Amino acid sequence: MKFLKNFGLLLLAVGLLVAWVFTPWWGALALVVLLALWMGLFRSGAQARSVAAVGISTLTQRLGSSAVIVVGIAGVVGVLVALLAMAEGYARTQSNSGSLQTAIVLRGASANEVSSSLSREDIVQIEQAPGVARNAKGEPIVSAETVVAANLPVKNGPKGDTGSAQVRGISEAAFLVRPNAKIVEGRTFQPGLREIIVGKGAVRQFDGLNVGATLKLGNQPWTVVGIFASGDALESELWGDANVVNDTYKRGSGRNSATVKLEKPEAIQAFSESLENNPQLKVKASTTLAFFTKQSERMTQILRIIGITVGAIMAVGAVFGALNTMFAAVASRAREIATLRAIGFRGLPVVVAVMLETTLLALIGGLAGGAVAWLLFNGFEASTMSAGSVGKLSFNLAVSPGLLWEGIKWALAIGFVGGLFPAVRAASLPVTTALREA
Amino acid sequence: MKYLHLIWAALFRRKGRTFLTLVSIITAFLLFGLLDAVRVGFDQAGKSANGAQRLQTGAKLSFIQLLPMSLNARITQIDGVKDVAFANWFGGAYQKPENQVFSFAVSPNYLDVYPEMEVSAEHRKAFAETKDGAIVGEGLAKKFGWKVGDQIPMQSTIFPDRNGSQNWPFKIVGVIHVADKKAGAFYDQMFLLNWKYFDDTTPWNQGQVGWYVTRVKDVNQADRVLKAIDAISENSDHETRTQTEQAAMSAWMRQLADINLIVTSIMGAVFFTLLLLAGNTMMQAVRERTGEIAVLKTLGFSGGSVLAMVLAESVLLLLIGGVVGLVLASVIGPAVSAGSGGALNLPAAGLTSWLIGTGLALLFGLLVGALPATRAMRVNITDALAGRA
Repeated sequence: MKFLKNFGLLLLAVGLLVAWVFTPWWGALALVVLLALWMGLFRSGAQARSVAAVGISTLTQRLGSSAVIVVGIAGVVGVLVALLAMAEGYARTQSNSGSLQTAIVLRGASANEVSSSLSREDIVQIEQAPGVARNAKGEPIVSAETVVAANLPVKNGPKGDTGSAQVRGISEAAFLVRPNAKIVEGRTFQPGLREIIVGKGAVRQFDGLNVGATLKLGNQPWTVVGIFASGDALESELWGDANVVNDTYKRGSGRNSATVKLEKPEAIQAFSESLENNPQLKVKASTTLAFFTKQSERMTQILRIIGITVGAIMAVGAVFGALNTMFAAVASRAREIATLRAIGFRGLPVVVAVMLETTLLALIGGLAGGAVAWLLFNGFEASTMSAGSVGKLSFNLAVSPGLLWEGIKWALAIGFVGGLFPAVRAASLPVTTALREA
Repeated sequence: MKYLHLIWAALFRRKGRTFLTLVSIITAFLLFGLLDAVRVGFDQAGKSANGAQRLQTGAKLSFIQLLPMSLNARITQIDGVKDVAFANWFGGAYQKPENQVFSFAVSPNYLDVYPEMEVSAEHRKAFAETKDGAIVGEGLAKKFGWKVGDQIPMQSTIFPDRNGSQNWPFKIVGVIHVADKKAGAFYDQMFLLNWKYFDDTTPWNQGQVGWYVTRVKDVNQADRVLKAIDAISENSDHETRTQTEQAAMSAWMRQLADINLIVTSIMGAVFFTLLLLAGNTMMQAVRERTGEIAVLKTLGFSGGSVLAMVLAESVLLLLIGGVVGLVLASVIGPAVSAGSGGALNLPAAGLTSWLIGTGLALLFGLLVGALPATRAMRVNITDALAGRA
């Protein structure tokens, strides 16, 4: 019988947890309001309120064991939020690189820019397609680009350690199709010369990329003449004149991809249809937003799975820590609770009171963990080999409000499970036994 | 040792509490075991006896740059070189682009350089004789349900054939057997095709080579050979960079992520909370036993032996939790690896993981027990028995 009851309780807890996962913030807010109303308006609610007040006011006397719940949960939330912030930062950096205003054209079936190739003739056809925006002179705004990789010395790495950086050969239109990209130091390169501008993210990762420095690309010296910032994945790249890059890497007159500015976001439909129906072309167009989001999808998913797995294992530990603390807390108050019940308090207010106490501790823990993660890791620089490019991608961890909310949801869930079983035990212990034993 | 039953009894005096604490400790060490397996997996990439004999030569300019075929003959002539094989990245995917497969177009002698990949003589012969033949790792074959003799389409995410199509037909002519599944998980997922077929079919390669793999006769000569290979193309327009397999792998892993930092930070947070939790349990345990400790002292146990007994109790608690956690990690890790079909490799905890793990458990046991043990040592008999402590 007892076993059945515990089993039922477990099922209830699991069911509620599943429901909780899908609860949006306004759902949680509604729950809080309902609880407050119940406690304010009903007799049993008022009972719960007074029992909870006693428990909470004695928390300071149990600092050590209360700290177990707070710190345990703070640890879970801190690690979870930090790992998810990595996924978030990565995804954000990638998707910032795209917009609905521009489209990227690749050779059909190419998953990324490096494995795509477009001939001179292809590019002329792309420029004439409908939907391409034109400048004041009536020329189509299209940036046909070459993408290659270069091995550069890594900053703070072991001697001789090199990392891969993506090098992009661009034309003047590159800045028109990417309004985010701005020169922040020095100047842009002069067409025809072996001059290069480097992204802020690349400067952060690789050694010797300051303005005025010389850099060897393909056995030829290049001069760094400027640094650009764009706040996205492109910032990890090095940009030079497409013709010169092609010469260096023996690419002939072909390019890897073409990025075009669209007249308006809706023009993508007509633009991509006309390219696909053109028998002379074997290309595929998508908005840059769709392209970069797709690039980051898999990696973001992997990072999230890692974060949630680690968080879940830690959460199990924290739940048992909370159970331990709350069982002890309830046991030390057994006589008190039994007295309350002997003078007519019902079981439900007692359960609610114990749960409220745990929830409060969990909330403090969740807020503390979230705050620590935010202080330590928001904007923290990280880098990885990025999917779909041939260079290291530098990105910043992003602790967004959404992630903090997710962390607090986890904290409350841990507090809920950790408080439920001790609360039920407190309310179901036979009054006579409890009064005699304690 | 003769007090073991006393310590044991004290530890399980309150079964519920000890059990709850143990579960927390177990999860902490489970996480430690799994994360350490990830770290070790990254660390050991490329570290093997066979790997030490192999040098990888790629273009210095970048990893996507190709090398001329002429290098093959020149590397072979270097003193101390046993075999030279070469390969190109094929970038294959099966059925949909997300199903990426490790696929290399390889020279006929490629398998000689990788004794880890065992292929029967019959299959090797078939591979050499079938133009569009492919040999695949056992794990990969199982994953997609391929059998020898199957005709399968493979999509190259990079290379089109002469008609511009990226769908390449292949005939599976053999399987690669990997004896050491733990170190060779990568080879188990391998798809090898004939370099000649690759070069003939795509207009994009034109006789060039992605990278060379050189096997040296004597490991001690590796450094000299490595420099000699790079010297061949020094100051040319296709300069090379040669590294031992291990150096190449670890450089690649470093580009992916700083695993050590991530693992250490997570474990720092986990163990900090664990210390607090176990410490709290031990404090409670000693506090409620004050009377019993006083009785022990009355019976003649010295303060020192009471201290030792409480310390032993907390060390035992941590050790039980630690060992169970590590065992669990050793069971779950390989199970997850098997389930992921080679995408993830989480080997069972090795000797170093066990040493570090039990060492940590021991250390934490002492740390956690220190405060309650000194408190127990200082218990005043009369106060405690009178219920004043």
